[in-house]
Amino acid sequence: MSVGYLAAAGTPRVTPPPGLPRLIPADCAAGPEADHGFGQQSLAGHLARLGPLTYPARPGGLIAEAEAAGLTGRGGAAFPVHRKLAAVAGQARERRRAVVVANGAEGEPASGKDAALLWGAPHLVLDGLQLVAQATGATEAFLYSRRGEELSRRLLGALRQRAAAGLDRVQVELVQAPDAFLAGEESALVSWLNGGPARPAFKQPPVWQRGVAGLPTLVQNVETLAHLALIARFGAGWFRAEGTPAEPGTMLVTVHRADGGSYITETGVGTPLAALLPAELGAPGARTAPDASGGIQAVLAGGYHGAWLDPGRAAGLTLSNASLRPAGAFAGAGVLAALPVGRCGLAETARVGRYLALESAGQCGPCFNGLPHIAGALDELAGPRPRRQALADVQRWAGLVAGRGACHHPDGFVRFVRSALSVFRAELDAHGRGRCTATDPAPFLPVPAGAPTGS
Amino acid sequence: MLAVTEGGPQATPNAGHTQGGEALVNGITSSTALWYASRATGVVALLLLTAVMVLGIVVNRQGRLPGLPRFGATSLHRSVSLLAVVFVAVHVATAIADPFVSIGILAAVVPFVSHYEGFWLGLGAVSLDLMAALIVTSLVRGRIGRRTWRVVHWLAYLTWPVAFAHSIGSATDMQGGLLLYLGIGCAVAVAAAAAWRVTAARRAVPPAQRAARVLAAASASRRLDRDRHAGAGAR
Amino acid sequence: MKDNLRLLVNPAACTGHGNCAELLPELITLDEWGYPLLPEGGVPAGLSRQARRAARDCPALALMISGEAREEHSEETQKFRRRPA
Repeated sequence: MSVGYLAAAGTPRVTPPPGLPRLIPADCAAGPEADHGFGQQSLAGHLARLGPLTYPARPGGLIAEAEAAGLTGRGGAAFPVHRKLAAVAGQARERRRAVVVANGAEGEPASGKDAALLWGAPHLVLDGLQLVAQATGATEAFLYSRRGEELSRRLLGALRQRAAAGLDRVQVELVQAPDAFLAGEESALVSWLNGGPARPAFKQPPVWQRGVAGLPTLVQNVETLAHLALIARFGAGWFRAEGTPAEPGTMLVTVHRADGGSYITETGVGTPLAALLPAELGAPGARTAPDASGGIQAVLAGGYHGAWLDPGRAAGLTLSNASLRPAGAFAGAGVLAALPVGRCGLAETARVGRYLALESAGQCGPCFNGLPHIAGALDELAGPRPRRQALADVQRWAGLVAGRGACHHPDGFVRFVRSALSVFRAELDAHGRGRCTATDPAPFLPVPAGAPTGS
Repeated sequence: MLAVTEGGPQATPNAGHTQGGEALVNGITSSTALWYASRATGVVALLLLTAVMVLGIVVNRQGRLPGLPRFGATSLHRSVSLLAVVFVAVHVATAIADPFVSIGILAAVVPFVSHYEGFWLGLGAVSLDLMAALIVTSLVRGRIGRRTWRVVHWLAYLTWPVAFAHSIGSATDMQGGLLLYLGIGCAVAVAAAAAWRVTAARRAVPPAQRAARVLAAASASRRLDRDRHAGAGAR
Repeated sequence: MKDNLRLLVNPAACTGHGNCAELLPELITLDEWGYPLLPEGGVPAGLSRQARRAARDCPALALMISGEAREEHSEETQKFRRRPA
């Protein structure tokens, strides 16, 4: 099935799907465990639902549309997409070559939205990849995906379908990311694609100047590319119909409920947290007193580099950086977790902290020394009768570590730990007196088993 | 101090001419002086290069020289290598200027360009070229980038053995007596330093395991502190 | 024209050698693991020679001197606190 892809301005567009979801079709369950056969993952289904991929008629068109749409990166940093595109395109004009990478590594254990997107709407991501390749004049394209045999087979299948239809101008190479928390970090990704270990690098020169094979490289999260593919079809105005004026559009979220279940959904930026955790945070708009919250003691916003929030505070916040940053957290890659009462928040933090410490790339002295030391002190705080010294140790080392790595792993770690010491202060007092409020010792937050790999 | 054996111009009272065809005056010719100078500076250069190698490895291992501050080893490595350059330059210049053996400038820098000079001399040219690369890159190391500088600097491990081979091969006076022991001493020093370097590299913790090591050590010491605290503290 | 230099360290290249702290003790101290703590502000004009020497003599070539101009992209990156995704 050949599809013409050079669309002149004014080509009638297929009607955009109304409301939500925009990215992953409704009848496609999130997660590789659910197999839906061909369904919406097929190229034909994708094109029938959304129409052909339209390339902008004029050069710089995609960048302009991305700017008008106010699209920011969905990998966690929320960096304005048009600026990244412009930077790489500018470099590519001088150097005549460029590389684009779709980043689906998703090293964060508590996040599943990239896997779900690649499973449920791979063609949308691949459309976006072709669009940025055209906008930057790239000659090479990579899909950097998290490890998974089933997922890889799906993706290779999707790539084959596109090749058969002559859809991809730039051939896409599928590369499996190593199983590491930092595998999705931009410079670590570039290092891996260059044949080295997936370890972050010092940011000068930045990857948009010298990245894969020394060429200007654009790295975008797979969800960002999916949004771009829709913006190219339906326009910036359509994109802005959801979300807030300052942070437009929708985003995928991975929500871990207090009952242990989790779900992935797409929601407009600015959605109240209470709407995403209704059982835990009550009806939207109602300010819940901490002791009256639906059996939860804290909400983690922003994943393992995010921050813990008091439930009362969380109930009044929305899923946006404008709302979450003043509270010390951030929207990040859309990970929310509600910690039920009956668990020890300090034990959870210590367990995740230990995982994060061991996921250090082992390059920067302050990180591979500081994080394990802090993790050791957290272990003590999570146990009975920690010495006062342990708390002082954490504070001292946290100050020593933040901002002194080649990447932001130590900074995120410190944010996560400091928020825990604030939100779980009652638990700290209890432990100091030799008591723990927890009744359930089972681990709550997901942490991969086994030794870290990937370096 | 230099033992004169066969191969060089000799001051024999019976010969009317030296092998180079020059008239003997007081048994010493300008050619002999140059020849002595070349030999002498060559020996000193070898000693200095040995010191540079050992100091370079001390710097790499973050070792401290007794009585010196931490940056002393780095400073000394740099100074001694520049001094070695001077001695090597004089060694090469006097060898070229010496009319007894026709070593042209070309032969000094292009190895094995003619058969006359011999294999061992050719090695000298090789080590000179390598040294030039090391010195030049080190002088501009701030400008050429870390990776480039490091890759070239690894050539040091090739430069010294080649210079050493050149020394013992082309200086027959090093094949016996005091100079032989000197040569052996240099070789032992470099071998020991290199062995230290290799064992350190083998024992080095790969980056992927560093955090785990620190965690184990930090947890262990924390446990010790707690036990001590629990033992000493009043209940 | 004031020489406005800044000290930068490449944390991935730094091996905690400690030369810099000895050559420039007025500005650089070492943390408890031997890694350099750099000053927030720039290098005072009177210390620029020592600062350049410290950068030149760093065995790992990890310490760098840079002028005032920082790359726009990396500034933005710092501001948005990129988290590995």
